[in-house]
Amino acid sequence: MSLGDAEIWLIIALVAVGTFLIRFSFIGLIGDRQMPELVLRLLRYTPVAVIPGLVAPLVVWPEATGGSLDPVRIIAAAATLGVGLWSKSMMASIFAGAIVFYGLGALLA
Amino acid sequence: MPSSRPKSLYWQGLQAGSPFLLVVAPFAVVFGVVATEAGLSVVQTFGFSLLVIGGASQFAALQMMVENAPVGIVVATALAVNLRMAMYSASLVPYLGAAPMWKRVFISYFNVDQTYAISVAKFEGVPTLNLGDRTAFFFGVATPIFPTWCGMTLVGALMGQQIPPEWSLEFAVPIAFLAVIAPMLKSLAHVAAALTSVVLALALVSLPLNTGLLVAGVVAMVVGAGIETLMARRRT
Repeated sequence: MSLGDAEIWLIIALVAVGTFLIRFSFIGLIGDRQMPELVLRLLRYTPVAVIPGLVAPLVVWPEATGGSLDPVRIIAAAATLGVGLWSKSMMASIFAGAIVFYGLGALLA
Repeated sequence: MPSSRPKSLYWQGLQAGSPFLLVVAPFAVVFGVVATEAGLSVVQTFGFSLLVIGGASQFAALQMMVENAPVGIVVATALAVNLRMAMYSASLVPYLGAAPMWKRVFISYFNVDQTYAISVAKFEGVPTLNLGDRTAFFFGVATPIFPTWCGMTLVGALMGQQIPPEWSLEFAVPIAFLAVIAPMLKSLAHVAAALTSVVLALALVSLPLNTGLLVAGVVAMVVGAGIETLMARRRT
């Protein structure tokens, strides 16, 4: 990472203030006014719209392998996703991913 | 004893929040480890969790920092992950909006996925609760979650320097994210938004200043909302 100490603190401060303002927005400032349905609809999709795009390059081009495809990582990611879809449980999903990642990694080592 | 009801609701909240420590604690440890390995100091890592209290956004910021994205893009990406909390803020207004301003400030600060989800479920399930009851319950839920999030981040940050890179702990980041996302993929619109995000983020990876993810996020959001609109129209 090429960021200096001051820049790291600046990022932390801006994310903290911005996140607080997002959480404060309605309960603190806007109050009981109805949000337009379209805005609600868009907000509903922010996590599933941003996080998968963040994950995809980490799975497909991992830095640890110098950016080349790693079957262990792909299979572990698929297991995490599959168990999460099936069980609806975040913990079960994490455990599945970790077991497959380290288990398969140990088998192939 | 008029004060017994708010107190008992505080305890009910505390009990309702406690099982979620099983999710919060390991997530916090992993953040602590990954952040210090990426180059943040222990104090910065702890400060991040203390001030933001938003695991997914903290991981997102960290990832963008590792990729040497400019400060503005790092912040925009992290805040995009947290935008959903505007919805949480709005949906708490009917239940907690009449509380005094200083309490609403703290409610906002503690309004994270777990406190929100547990509290709204309670408020909807027991409509007879008064404002004092609801406020007590909300802070009860936050009581175990917030110190655990910060404390376990610190534990992870202190451990971080001792963990060898061969352990590949960096892969905990995509695993944790996938585990957060998978249970959310509950409709065709959600799946379509997620797929759009993946395809565009990979296709636009070479856009300057790491802006590809933001573009992918905005388009995916519109795709999700658009499909929901179409499906709703077809049903009526």
